Amino acid sequence: MPAALSVVRSLIRAARRPRRLAAVAVVLGGCLVFAPVALANFFTPKSGGSPNADNIHSLYQIVLYMAAVVFVGVEGALLYAVIKFRAKKHPVAEQIHGNTPLEIGWTIGAAAILVVLTVVTFVKLPSIIDAPNSNANAIDTVLSASLTQPTPPSGKELTICVQGRQFIWRYVYGAGCNKNYFFTRLPYSFQEMVVPSNTTIDLLIQSSDVIHSWWVPSLGGKVDAVPGYTTYTWFKVPHAGELYHGQCAQLCGRQHAFMTALVKVVTPAQYAAWVTRQATLIRDQNAQVTELRQALINQGSLTSNGIF
Amino acid sequence: MATTDYALRPVPQVLAHEVHKPRETRKWIDWVTTTDHKKIGIMYLVLTFVFFMLGGVEALLMRSQLAVPNNTLITGEHYNELLTLHGTTMIFLFVVPVMAGFGNYFVPLMIGARDMAFPRLNALSFWLLLTGGIVFYATLFWHPPEAGWWSYPPLSSIQYSPSGGQDAWIFLIHLTGISSLLGAINFYVTIVNMRAPGMSWGRIPLFIWTILIYAVLLIIALPVVAAAVTMLLTDRHFGTHWFDPTDHGSPVLWENLFWFFGHPEVYIMILPGFGIISEVIPVFSRKPVFGYKAIAAATIVIAFLATLVWAHHLFTAPLPIVVLGFFMLSSFLIGIPTGVKIFNWIATMWRGSLMMTTSMYWAIGFIAIFIIGGITGIFLAVFPVDWQLNDTYFVVAHFHYVLMGGAVFTVMAGIYYWYPKMTGRLLNERLGKISFWVTFIGFNATFFVQHALGLSGMPRRIYTYQPGLGWSTYNLISSIGSYILGFGILLSVANFATAYKRGKIAGPDPWKANTLEWFTTSPPPQNNFDTIPRVRSVEPMRDIRREIEIQTGVRQKTGGAEQFAPDREQLVRT
Repeated sequence: MPAALSVVRSLIRAARRPRRLAAVAVVLGGCLVFAPVALANFFTPKSGGSPNADNIHSLYQIVLYMAAVVFVGVEGALLYAVIKFRAKKHPVAEQIHGNTPLEIGWTIGAAAILVVLTVVTFVKLPSIIDAPNSNANAIDTVLSASLTQPTPPSGKELTICVQGRQFIWRYVYGAGCNKNYFFTRLPYSFQEMVVPSNTTIDLLIQSSDVIHSWWVPSLGGKVDAVPGYTTYTWFKVPHAGELYHGQCAQLCGRQHAFMTALVKVVTPAQYAAWVTRQATLIRDQNAQVTELRQALINQGSLTSNGIF
Repeated sequence: MATTDYALRPVPQVLAHEVHKPRETRKWIDWVTTTDHKKIGIMYLVLTFVFFMLGGVEALLMRSQLAVPNNTLITGEHYNELLTLHGTTMIFLFVVPVMAGFGNYFVPLMIGARDMAFPRLNALSFWLLLTGGIVFYATLFWHPPEAGWWSYPPLSSIQYSPSGGQDAWIFLIHLTGISSLLGAINFYVTIVNMRAPGMSWGRIPLFIWTILIYAVLLIIALPVVAAAVTMLLTDRHFGTHWFDPTDHGSPVLWENLFWFFGHPEVYIMILPGFGIISEVIPVFSRKPVFGYKAIAAATIVIAFLATLVWAHHLFTAPLPIVVLGFFMLSSFLIGIPTGVKIFNWIATMWRGSLMMTTSMYWAIGFIAIFIIGGITGIFLAVFPVDWQLNDTYFVVAHFHYVLMGGAVFTVMAGIYYWYPKMTGRLLNERLGKISFWVTFIGFNATFFVQHALGLSGMPRRIYTYQPGLGWSTYNLISSIGSYILGFGILLSVANFATAYKRGKIAGPDPWKANTLEWFTTSPPPQNNFDTIPRVRSVEPMRDIRREIEIQTGVRQKTGGAEQFAPDREQLVRT
């Protein structure tokens, strides 16, 4: 790492004079703030996949603008005081014990900013938590009758059950997926979720072992998968052909880093075809396994209870 | 009367001397058997700095692993062990007890007492802390715990964490918990009962206010975590199912119990640091603190609200929106008194005459860093925004700005300020300032980019990542920064070590400070004070200096402050 070494060496050289070191600090700080602006997501979270992610993004931006004003104001006051009131320039300290109107003023000022933030948050909240209707060109779906699950006003949506387990996500497609998907032969997949565009996707999130957290940044905020609980979220992607990356956000064990998720967005027609093919594949493989098991039982190397 | 006694003396003569010569014995026995709050305080500070170094090495190992994508330096298992060791060490073995170290040394001195209320209990606190640290670090030779410092079940249950490391972690929480609880009771009783004559509640130093509130918060919060880890222990070994979802238990119960302790813990760690800053800033601004009552009141309000914000750690957990809304508002509210403190510190410096000592550098550096940590805290309190930021590197950046700024920078300010009192020698100011700038640059290089990492979608606690996700550059900057940061801290540690024997003699009051600890010799004798002056304001030492100046007509020369004083010519050299 010659680059890192030379940085350290120049730091040490600069360190011979604390003031020069301060200049290095300012330059480095400037680099940190301005250089990576070209890189994505330096100041704002990911978005662009789904309306809830976009609305969180715009809420975040409002907070960011207000924060920037506060940051510049307070750090500016601090810097001004440090430069202006050094003993060399300002030898006599004025003996001020306080200023009640000023103190009450800045307390109210701080509170006022927070009141604005509260109002903005609750105004934006419905657009983040309420699922919108599927578009007209969405896939044909069954009406959802769940009382707990968030559903769009028209009731037209696609339910996908997400189950976290060490260290992979399993997705079961279609209504009733959290009940008896095995007997109803619902299609399922692991790690990569395939979804139709223009359709509101309701996710029903569960865990079968430890706590995980479902998170695909471009498709909205994260939701914990807690064993014993069912949590919900939704997303709706306008364009087919996208692939979104996400991964488990809650420490779940040694391979937590590899518990990734991919969401592949296809057109409704492609989705219908994929579901059929996936269901067929699963059925065929189940049939093969059944044959193999029967053959093993006939050989006598496996009992009908499944014991070798 | 003591009050008139000192006033008749020509210079602020130190009214203390050794009451008896220490027994001629082996020195370490004196340390091991001591009940003197000053010796215990120093042992606390040294021990916690050892743990700080260990925690720092763990952090550097993690940063080394994350410097480049697909790194194979450390396995997932060891990485999880490291993050658990790092978090637990820094919180339970460094920040909380280091504040107890300062409290031990300076609470009796600052309130004009001769020791803590319960000196032997005080020694017990220290030895329990050491035992907790040994129990925890002994797991290095077997299996360190790997479920993170908040140890969420079921991951921390016997099924998913079968090793004894998790039990050692539980034992550590109990031992350090009892240590802190005993210490807290001791601080509370000492501050309430043993103050100098005239030191009413409106005249106790702001550091004492924060230690008092620190003690109250510890007494409120620690029993809850003690109960929670006991429930975890019985879940693991005695067949209960408090947190077992397969048998009517709930992991969310643990989350609530743990964070009901965990969030007050944040303020337990930070309030004494605020107290140190509230002492350092006025002394080196040569001005009274701006709005004493507001700062003291803000401390109390923060403590009250600190018990009402825990669920902002659970914004992504299964909780109803109304709960999320409540905890967003309470978290907003706690921002107000915290902001008030920052405004008051800046106002204290405003139109003052700033002595740019190393201690002042660290204090101002703390304010600059803490402002960023406080502002990012507001982002996290907005719960829909937190759904994106929770459990990412944005949070890691936030709490390092708050805690490393709020604890490490304030601890450094405190050591540079009080080291002359504790050892009788001045630290090297120049080396201290270099250490400050290197640490400050390293700190920001390490943690500022971590905001961007979180915003680009990197979750915390992953031991490696793939290239092409937009994380590699930020991670490399952060890792390089962490080494600069570590080097900066080492410079200060070297400073502390060399100045112990070689530093310039400090004298009793090198900074022309305001509080009573500067009224005695450096280091103070075993009984602290022979005579305790009557306190007439928040700044008793200032009153004493002024009174002598009025009586003698001679400007007071103090031990070492001349080197920073602008009015050098006005000083009369006697």
